Amino acid sequence: MNLPLLEIRDLHLWMRSFEGEAHVLNGIDLQVQRGEIWGVVGETGCGKSLTGLSVSRLVPTPPGRYGSGQILLDGQDLLALDESAVRSLRGRRIGMIFQDPTTNLNPSFRVSEQLIDVALVAAQHSPEILGLEKGASQRAKRAAARALAGQMLVKVRIPNALDRLDDYPHQFSGGMRQRVLIAMALIGRPDLLVADEPTTALDVSVQAQILILLKEMVQEFNMGVLLITHNLGVVAQTCSHVAVMYAGAIVERGLVAEVLARPRHPYTRALLAAMPTRATPRGGLEGIPGTVPDLIAPPPGCRFAPRCGRASATCLERSPRLVPLATGHEVACVHPLPQEGV
Amino acid sequence: MTAALSARREAWRRAVYRFGRSGLSVTGLVLVLLLLFLSVFGPWLAPYPEHITGSISTAARFGAPSAKHWFGTNEMGQDVLSLVLGGARVSVLAGLAVVLLGAAVGTVVGAVAGYAGGWTDELLMRLSDLKLTIPGLFLAMAVAAALGPGIVNMVIAIALSWWPGYARLVRGEVMAKKEELFVTAARAVGAGPGRIVFRHILPNVMTPVIVKMSLDMGFAILTVASLGFIGIGVKPPMPEWGLLLSVARSYMPDFWWTAIFPGLAIFLAVFGFNLLGDGLRDVFDPRSKR
Amino acid sequence: MLQLEGVSKVYPGNRRGWSRAAPVEALREVSLTVQKGESFGLVGESGSGKTTLTRCILQLEAPTQGRILFEGEDLGRLTASALRQLRARIQIVFQDPQASLNPRMSVHDIVTEPLVVHRRVMGLDARARTERAVELLLLVGLGPQHLHRFPHEFSGGQRQRIGIARALTTQPSLLLLDEPTSALDMSVQAQVLNLLTDLQARLGLTYLFISHDLAVIRYLCDRVALIHQGRIVEQGTRDQIFDAPQNDYTRQLLSAMPEVRF
Repeated sequence: MNLPLLEIRDLHLWMRSFEGEAHVLNGIDLQVQRGEIWGVVGETGCGKSLTGLSVSRLVPTPPGRYGSGQILLDGQDLLALDESAVRSLRGRRIGMIFQDPTTNLNPSFRVSEQLIDVALVAAQHSPEILGLEKGASQRAKRAAARALAGQMLVKVRIPNALDRLDDYPHQFSGGMRQRVLIAMALIGRPDLLVADEPTTALDVSVQAQILILLKEMVQEFNMGVLLITHNLGVVAQTCSHVAVMYAGAIVERGLVAEVLARPRHPYTRALLAAMPTRATPRGGLEGIPGTVPDLIAPPPGCRFAPRCGRASATCLERSPRLVPLATGHEVACVHPLPQEGV
Repeated sequence: MTAALSARREAWRRAVYRFGRSGLSVTGLVLVLLLLFLSVFGPWLAPYPEHITGSISTAARFGAPSAKHWFGTNEMGQDVLSLVLGGARVSVLAGLAVVLLGAAVGTVVGAVAGYAGGWTDELLMRLSDLKLTIPGLFLAMAVAAALGPGIVNMVIAIALSWWPGYARLVRGEVMAKKEELFVTAARAVGAGPGRIVFRHILPNVMTPVIVKMSLDMGFAILTVASLGFIGIGVKPPMPEWGLLLSVARSYMPDFWWTAIFPGLAIFLAVFGFNLLGDGLRDVFDPRSKR
Repeated sequence: MLQLEGVSKVYPGNRRGWSRAAPVEALREVSLTVQKGESFGLVGESGSGKTTLTRCILQLEAPTQGRILFEGEDLGRLTASALRQLRARIQIVFQDPQASLNPRMSVHDIVTEPLVVHRRVMGLDARARTERAVELLLLVGLGPQHLHRFPHEFSGGQRQRIGIARALTTQPSLLLLDEPTSALDMSVQAQVLNLLTDLQARLGLTYLFISHDLAVIRYLCDRVALIHQGRIVEQGTRDQIFDAPQNDYTRQLLSAMPEVRF
């Protein structure tokens, strides 16, 4: 097994607020290889967004505070780098896509400008993106960047891409804007893509197209992806692997087909049972009793125990670690569900 | 959800904490509280209350600040400290009245204009624009001169030039809030426009109005003093600070204490309210760093 | 119970200098019928006209053409006071539980407001109103201890329950539900949906459920219509729509639905 593209080891994060310090990430362990699309899925407050933001070091510290864990990109610890070193990685080795395409594009600048900007910055450290020789003039670099921007727009399937290169963001629809953002994230040829709820603000029909586009891009550029979402359907359609998070920890992870067809953690199963499917009879939907724990004073041991029907005294002793199962995926539970599945 | 304290109290405590972090804001609060205290209890604290009501003592004219008269005496032998304390009541309460009246009228006008829109809005806004064409002080002077002497008339005159600022502020806020979902919800329930404006929209726009009111207090006191300085509104023997300053003008610089102390009082009042207003605004603005 | 006949709504375009932009046809000849006691689902994406439709049904706006009949009466023809009385019988639950509750009103005031507005019709004094508020909170799974708290003290799911309680105050017969669970987490959505089915059975309510989430509509509704660009593109029973869609748009939406299927 060669070196993973991204490896998160025992990541702990605390966030200070007026009420106290919340332990928002409780020992995250994750490995992403090139070509894998990892869905990081969970409900509000589980820490999935913070995990993604941590990878690009976008969590402000203070009020955030990291523990002794590491985030290794091709073996290099991102948490140990200083700000300028991290900045050179953003856009070039790590691309990011956020939720709302409207607010993430600067309305005062043409799309070409914004794309060229990103390309030029990335080219400072990775000149091969522009395909020019060393010592090329500023003008030549600009021209090359512009050509690249046009190519990217074509790649993300914007109709009449080259004609629209100089349009402003408001001239594009929501779905188109998200494609532009994907182009911006990929123009620097990153190895890792972090997408935080990229389709939540879009209509269902557009959502499907964007997800298909993402899959194509991943294959073409051979990237590793962290796809953060609360929608299990999106994970099922798009991802190769999935990590289910609850209250700051990963409770189950593995191949998507395995985890979603045969969930072994009670929370994963409950989440699946809360999704209405064709087979669900009227009145057959199940919620999860109780509420999300307060992370400033989290319950002892397993954080899901207070809401779990299978909890016992052992569950309160310590936080369960991820343990591999015979089926290949891993579960952080002392009493995982039996093998036959749901 | 913490069962102990209701979140409302939490928010209040948080606000107080944030306010207290700024030394300047707390200074402002202290000054304002002192001022309000003096405006109510001033005359009782004055060592020579009879001077406030106009009695004179020519023998003690122009006495420099001493143990008997901390701020010295003026041209009529009156104790300047007593006059300043007595003036607190007039100046501060008059300023308060101006701001309250201006805010009340302006808020109603602005709310109606903002909610109704259309011609009503245009009409009311043109009306408030009149203020822009005539500088506030002159307008106040003209109205006060027309209405005749007396504090009440002066307050009305100043308030008349004050309300357009509130109208504009409230109109903008109301227009923004009008589109919010809870207003639509209220309309869906069947609430009429009156109820919607007063029960739903106004409580949600009061925050910037309150901040403006506290910031304006300083200027209101200044305006009252300016009018008093020119001789409009208050007449001697009422110890209004501006009036005191005006009379003391001719005795500068020899008998400096007759001017400095009333001037200092005006300065501290305006300064205190400004600091308080700034502090309140910073606390209420969710985006500020504090 | 509710009948829309050829309802159209045209908004004049915005003024741009001296000319006007093209008028916007938000609704085009929309016709549908909701039977008493059923759950009718309306599927539409953003910009499809579903919000305009709710506003027309609630008479917050008047349609440019067509009629809306509620319990046989033409809503457009009612007098102002009759319309007011009607408001008590049709109520709405909104999408965003945070924005639809007045942040400066206590839960008690929010829930009793419809009673205050319709004082004359409902005839309850202050004490009776408070009692009704407690009754409603219990009905939606909250309690009397929540009466004097404010919206920001609650979670999203609880706020939505408050919104539902408010909608039920005047004992309406028809409930419009505009994306009531779209802003909620999956597990919370499940709880709220269960509450809605439970309430419908207990109180005999009729639902017009509007959403872009096909899975939820399939779970909850008996009959379904799809609206696209102001027009109803397909209507039928739930099984008809989901098993044998006729229209291209319907088929497109169904295939785009993200599902967990292994």
